[in-house]
Amino acid sequence: MSKSHLELTNVQMAFDTKEGPFIALENIDLKIRKGEFVSLIGHSGCGKSTVLNIVAGLLQATRGGCVLDGHEVNTPGPERAVVFQNHSLMPWLTVYENVELAVQQVFRKSMSKAERKEWILHNLKLVNMDHALDKRPGEISGGMAQRVGIARALAMKPSVLLMDEPFGALDALTRAHLQDSLMKIQQDLNSTVIMITHDVDEAVLLSDRIVMMTNGPAATIGEELYIELPRPRNRVTLADHPEYVRYRQAVLSFLYEKQRFPGKGEDEQEEPTAEAEAPAQGDNLPDVGNESEESPVRRIA
Amino acid sequence: MTTLSHTDSLSQGQRWLRALTDKLSGVNLAETGRQLLLPAIGIILFLGFWHIAAPQVQTSLGAFPGPAQVLEQTGRLWQEHDNQRDRAAQFVTMQEERNERILAENPDAEVKIRDYPGAPTFIDQIFTSLGTVLAGFVLATIIAVPLGIIIGLNRHFSAAVNPLIQIFKPVSPLAWLPLVTMVVSATYVSDDPMFEKSFLTSMITVTLCSLWPTLINTSVGVSAVNPDLLNVSKVLRLSFWTHVRKVVLPSSVPMIFTGLRVSLGIAWMVLIAAEMLAQSPGLGKFVWDEFQNGGSESLSRIMVAVLAIGFIGFLLDRIMLLIQKKVAWNE
Ligand SMILES: Nc1ncnc2c1ncn2[C@@H]1O[C@H](COP(=O)(O)OP(=O)(O)OP(=O)(O)O)[C@@H](O)[C@H]1O
Ligand SMILES: [Mg+2]
Repeated sequence: MSKSHLELTNVQMAFDTKEGPFIALENIDLKIRKGEFVSLIGHSGCGKSTVLNIVAGLLQATRGGCVLDGHEVNTPGPERAVVFQNHSLMPWLTVYENVELAVQQVFRKSMSKAERKEWILHNLKLVNMDHALDKRPGEISGGMAQRVGIARALAMKPSVLLMDEPFGALDALTRAHLQDSLMKIQQDLNSTVIMITHDVDEAVLLSDRIVMMTNGPAATIGEELYIELPRPRNRVTLADHPEYVRYRQAVLSFLYEKQRFPGKGEDEQEEPTAEAEAPAQGDNLPDVGNESEESPVRRIA
Repeated sequence: MTTLSHTDSLSQGQRWLRALTDKLSGVNLAETGRQLLLPAIGIILFLGFWHIAAPQVQTSLGAFPGPAQVLEQTGRLWQEHDNQRDRAAQFVTMQEERNERILAENPDAEVKIRDYPGAPTFIDQIFTSLGTVLAGFVLATIIAVPLGIIIGLNRHFSAAVNPLIQIFKPVSPLAWLPLVTMVVSATYVSDDPMFEKSFLTSMITVTLCSLWPTLINTSVGVSAVNPDLLNVSKVLRLSFWTHVRKVVLPSSVPMIFTGLRVSLGIAWMVLIAAEMLAQSPGLGKFVWDEFQNGGSESLSRIMVAVLAIGFIGFLLDRIMLLIQKKVAWNE
């Protein structure tokens, strides 16, 4: 095994709230190899996006940290491209211009104008969006916008690709198509991928490893499951593969037996107050970006 | 013949479709009719009420003018403008002829070219006012938009200037005017002034009063950029300027334009008051002069000015709306 490429050590994330600090993550330890495809799975609000944002540099861990290729991550950068949970395209730019903004920024010096144009078109073709170059995000469907967001991230040639439920808004057919292209792209480029998903099949199909998170607050890594299915993988032949079925079962059992959704059933490990808190905190989700500037400086005692 | 038989053999579905479109266009007709009809009824009712009510109001200058008198004065004012223009043209040709004669006699002679000295007409005053309001509005925009961006981007700066904005925003032009007048006459001293002092006074007053909506809207728009888009900008490591140009500004354009439209409305309203008080040429001065004249037609002429002011204000807003539709991405 090669030495780790991306490493999260003893990460704790506490958010300041009106009722005092809210500890979202506790003791997250994760080592990822170059070229590894890791899925993060866990119930809504457990802290998956927070983990991703720490790797992206958009949030600063209150304890511990993230190291990429020997350098500590403390600012965001295009070598860790993010596909956001909602597409996050600039609504005033066309599909082409949205990708162009990223390509312009990353390859301003290393590519000629013609090369950049070709590269933009190439990436939009990968996600089958080259037919709507001059449309604005408001004029295309949510799934299409999400695909453009993926093209934008891929176009940055990131060494780590961070994806927050990239296929959540897509229909089954498009989703399958994009999963296949993602698998191919990832194999070709040997890029490291961290993907958040709610879809167990997707996680098993795509990943080298599935990281399962416990419920918040103070969520941590519950179990890790290495998926040792041969690549390239084919969704049709895999469906009856006994190993595949076993992996699926393992994830499902973690999610629905060991970590029941807080509030839905009685969970012996947690205090009732903590259970009541988690869904209430979930309402604050859109604030993540706003708070990100303040949170790094504050540490809880 | 072929085409005819073609129409005869229209399928059931096509016929049904056509009936539907006919009905729809009928609906559209009725809709546009209603859109025109109701405003027309409103205007006619207003004119009728005005016509009946105006003679009841007696003033020292006679009865309040009704629509008929106002219409008559509108024609009269236009006529005056026409005459004045003819006279000005005559004046110019006469001057040119005389200068040519002088030059023919003595090529070294210095010839004088003077402007036509006649008093400005109503129409001239309208254009003067438009010039002043645009100058004041442009100056306000040049100050308010960049300042608004800085306030919107920097929380500390925003906290520092917010009380000042809240205090200066509600100040009436009438309060500013004496101060502006004194400052302008004290600081703007030049033998060959490019601008009239009165023009500067009313322009600056307009700027001071119309600045605020643009300033506030710009800062709110800038501080309310979608946090996800800010994250995109951070991941891309956009430089400060690229960030402002490519993310912050486009995102706040709709808000900025809403502010600009309010500002222009205020600018126009303030200008009339400023011109009246500062005695600077323009529609406000026209109104004031007519009021001082106290002739029997004065009230009608003022009423013409009132309607013109309203109509121009409406037009200015429409123009801003057109520009907004061209520029803003969410329209
Ligand atoms: N800026 C913040 N301030 C306070 N609490 C926050 C902030 N951001 C996230 N949280 C809380 O941290 C927890 C984890 O949030 P996170 O967005 O990471 O969840 P998630 O696993 O991505 O959920 P989902 O699957 O619904 O996207 C939640 O309880 C949330 O309320
Ligand atoms: Mg999330």
